[in-house]
Amino acid sequence: MPTMTLDNAVLELDAEGFLKDATQWNEAVAETIARDNGVPVLTEDHWKVIRFMRQAWLANGQAPTIRTLGKESGVDVKNLYKLFPKGPAKLAAKFAGIPKPHGCI
Amino acid sequence: MTATMPDTVVPSDTLPITKVNIIVSKGSLEGIYPGLIMANGARMEGIEANVFFTFFGMEAVLKGKNEHIKVATVGNPGLHIPTMLGGLPGMSTMVTHMMQKKMEQLDIPSIPEFVQLIADSGAKLYACKASVDMFDLKKDDFVEAVDSIITVGDFYEMAGGVGSHIIFT
Repeated sequence: MPTMTLDNAVLELDAEGFLKDATQWNEAVAETIARDNGVPVLTEDHWKVIRFMRQAWLANGQAPTIRTLGKESGVDVKNLYKLFPKGPAKLAAKFAGIPKPHGCI
Repeated sequence: MTATMPDTVVPSDTLPITKVNIIVSKGSLEGIYPGLIMANGARMEGIEANVFFTFFGMEAVLKGKNEHIKVATVGNPGLHIPTMLGGLPGMSTMVTHMMQKKMEQLDIPSIPEFVQLIADSGAKLYACKASVDMFDLKKDDFVEAVDSIITVGDFYEMAGGVGSHIIFT
């Protein structure tokens, strides 16, 4: 089982690096996961998307689609791809400590 | 003697798809969406995507046309509507409406919105030169999301590279 260590706490990750227990998440965890995934610094826009992602998931148990992210997160689609070049929905979910989105859209 | 794998063979799972080149050739709703979903899905995985619209597939990116794309209700056995009924006036509009309603619930964008979303995601959209000539079209007839009109040769050149794949829809 892959793990990450932060302030002496050992956090379990799934095979793709998503946090197993979403309740263990905090901002330092997000920063560490982001660094491990090629985003060394999280800007205010990154945080907007990450917080939107996490809140949507906590509210209805589902990660938003890229369409919803573009419309409602406060960052448009072009900029989402600039912030998260390897896939905004997947990466933002990973940084937000929620499971990998399973939709096709 | 035992057969061994030559050293040059790389296991397929270590060669990820890095680029998809999707051809959209049909002008019905069910002919257009799969290509768009594949293109958007590629970008969401960080995969480079080119979309080449040819023949009636160009309907997806033509101004004034792409908001009126309908489901084919004739010659579409998957719908399970008898051909004679499928041809009745209004049938295609009705089935299209039902399908669009369902897609809206699933947060699937309309075709014009989807095309723009895909372009915004960094995918490149192209119209086929041969088809453009055949239908007497020009660059201005296409929505802004379309990058340019290119030949088949240009398309193949663009589609080159290890990890690049061509998908025909």
